[in-house]
Amino acid sequence: MTATLRPAVSACPACAAAPTAQALADSAGPQTAQIALSLPTIHCSACISKIERGLNAHPLVNSARVNLTLKRATIAAAEEVSAQEMVQLVEGLGYEAHELDAGALNATATGEEGRDLLMRLAVAGFASMNVMLLSVAVWSGAEAATRDLFHWISAAIALPTIAFAGQPFFRNAWAALSNRQLNMDVPITLAILLAVVTSLWETSLSGEHAYFDAALTLTFFLLAGRYLDHRTRAIARSAAEELTALEVPRAIRLTGEREETVMVADLKVGDTILVRPGGRMPVDGEILTGMSELDRSLLTGETLPVVAGPGQAVSAGEVNLTGPLTIRATAVGADTSLHRMADLVAIAESGRSRYTSLADKAAKLYAPGVHILSALSFAGWYLYSGDLRTALNIAAAVLIITCPCALGLAVPAVTTAASGRLFRRGMLVKDATALERLAQVDTVVFDKTGTLTAGTPELTNLDKLPRQAVGIAAALAQGSSHPLAQAILRAARQAGIPAARVEAVTEVPGHGVMGNWQGQEVRLGRAAWAGAQGLRETATFLAVGDAPAVAFIFADRLRDGAAELVETLRQSGKEVYLMSGDTTPAVEELAARLGIRHWLAEALPADKAEHIQALGDKGAKVLMVGDGLNDTAALAAAHVSISPASALDAARVASDIVLLGGDLSPVSAGCDTARAAIRRIRENFRIATIYNIIAVPLAVAGLATPLIAALAMSTSSITVSLNALRLR
Amino acid sequence: MNVLSYLIPISLVLGGIGLIGFIYTVRSNQYDDPEGDSRRILDDQYDKRPKK
Repeated sequence: MTATLRPAVSACPACAAAPTAQALADSAGPQTAQIALSLPTIHCSACISKIERGLNAHPLVNSARVNLTLKRATIAAAEEVSAQEMVQLVEGLGYEAHELDAGALNATATGEEGRDLLMRLAVAGFASMNVMLLSVAVWSGAEAATRDLFHWISAAIALPTIAFAGQPFFRNAWAALSNRQLNMDVPITLAILLAVVTSLWETSLSGEHAYFDAALTLTFFLLAGRYLDHRTRAIARSAAEELTALEVPRAIRLTGEREETVMVADLKVGDTILVRPGGRMPVDGEILTGMSELDRSLLTGETLPVVAGPGQAVSAGEVNLTGPLTIRATAVGADTSLHRMADLVAIAESGRSRYTSLADKAAKLYAPGVHILSALSFAGWYLYSGDLRTALNIAAAVLIITCPCALGLAVPAVTTAASGRLFRRGMLVKDATALERLAQVDTVVFDKTGTLTAGTPELTNLDKLPRQAVGIAAALAQGSSHPLAQAILRAARQAGIPAARVEAVTEVPGHGVMGNWQGQEVRLGRAAWAGAQGLRETATFLAVGDAPAVAFIFADRLRDGAAELVETLRQSGKEVYLMSGDTTPAVEELAARLGIRHWLAEALPADKAEHIQALGDKGAKVLMVGDGLNDTAALAAAHVSISPASALDAARVASDIVLLGGDLSPVSAGCDTARAAIRRIRENFRIATIYNIIAVPLAVAGLATPLIAALAMSTSSITVSLNALRLR
Repeated sequence: MNVLSYLIPISLVLGGIGLIGFIYTVRSNQYDDPEGDSRRILDDQYDKRPKK
């Protein structure tokens, strides 16, 4: 089966009437499927042409196109071509390739919005340049009829441009007003409209001052800010989407004797599903046949696998470790325990939406101030001169000069620079206000399994074990994909101990591996099965013949950079907490190893969220770092949250920032960058205020001319942008 | 001043051509892969199957 995403060939009704495009697409093949591949290692033009040539050479591929920016390949191929086949083909060419779930890649929606903004930005840019040319002629002394002509031409350019390019502001302002609120877009809209109206009026009376250029440059600069803002988030969002798309949700359904691979979304209650070792449970269900062990760490935080046998219930998200299992689905899709967790997240999230961004705070102060100032100067001049025209002109000048051009750029210019910097270090900032919230953090809460630890066990007592025992264990371990077996193999290989000659190695799912060594039966596995007493730590046992079993003890390996991160966080004066669903000894041991004083073990998902809520109520700004399903509610409840790329999809969705790569150390650098960014934003606000302090008295006094307005606006916008660039 | 009667329309038309060109490039997805496109021009193979 291939991911079948068939794009509409032509969306316009006229094309439907003339079915050429459709016919052409159909003639290309009876059934075409779109396959998307992620190609993380491509970097040059040779890579592009090699992969495209290789893919296009395949007889069933209609077209293949590599996108170097996204490091992706899109392939249109006949229905029967499978994505695995394409992955193998590309890997055969010497490049790493992963299949992407085409359904999860909806970058087109964000692309559409970005394109719309870009188009408006271009139109505003074109119009403002032309009008500025005409305005320069007026400022340098065009008189009488010539000036009027120039003003009329400016009006002819400005009116349609503003009607088109200003729409995002008008819409937002209207939305805010209809909710009886004020946002930054209200003064913007008012300034633009008032400028156009007074300028038209002035022009029709052959007046001296017209602000068409100001209205247009204002729109242009503000749109540039919006576009920057949008692009920063679009990049992070598409990268996050790619993480999701890398996990193609498929399952093997058994119908009678036949195995068929289907999308998880197509599974129904009562279906019989085969889950191979290493596979993840696609749905909630009950085990019909098979013995195995389940890794539940992503759901509960427990590191120890649990034995699973017929009749036992399994939840979506658990990983099957040793033997194949057939399960009967009892809950699918939105009813699975994985999805029920989303309710907890929704509750926790409602708390966070109360956060008001710096820009909104500025707008709350600024918008009423500007409106009052402008209204006062209108009233004052009207009473003083009795001339409506003068009063309106001055009111418009005040609005234009104070207009939040620099304020509109102050935040997006900085966040773009900061997010770009974090992106290069492997942090995806998904949320618009995440940086601001990250800068306030004073308490950091870590999850244990999969966050501070890599989730892969490590053999700790290798030097105390006899070499022969390690050799036998290594030989047996080769017959299993169980994480503990893999850990023994790694340790033996590193210590240079060769595997012993063990014959007839068989895996007994749920128990361990057995074999025959020099005529004796050898067993590697659970305590009871190998005839030993269980230990407090994670351990597996090797029994050789009738001799007493030898214990292999494991500890979860620390993630790269975890120790350094905890150390730097503590040094910078932050409180560090450890909250885990794992057993008390395991959590206590790790807390001691990292020097974390506050820890909580055997915590249920709701416990974690409650603790974080309690910390927040005490006034702490909590950063939650977690990866499991049991962390999602806590991630959403925290002030700001980070999850590693290896986390479950649900956890990544609930968190504000996703950490690419296995290293944790960028987190502390991220906090520093966020604080630096907030400093810049505040500086920018101050710069914008200074410009206003200079220019506003001129405007209120009636001394402002369109030239002064244009100068103030451009210089403040440019200063603010340059200040943001200093962050790099 | 008569010079204005054709200079202004010319400047508007020239600017307009640039704007239309830009709109055309946005509409035809020419900014989807800036990295790749900048490398493709160095490729001597004729790209006869551009993305639709």
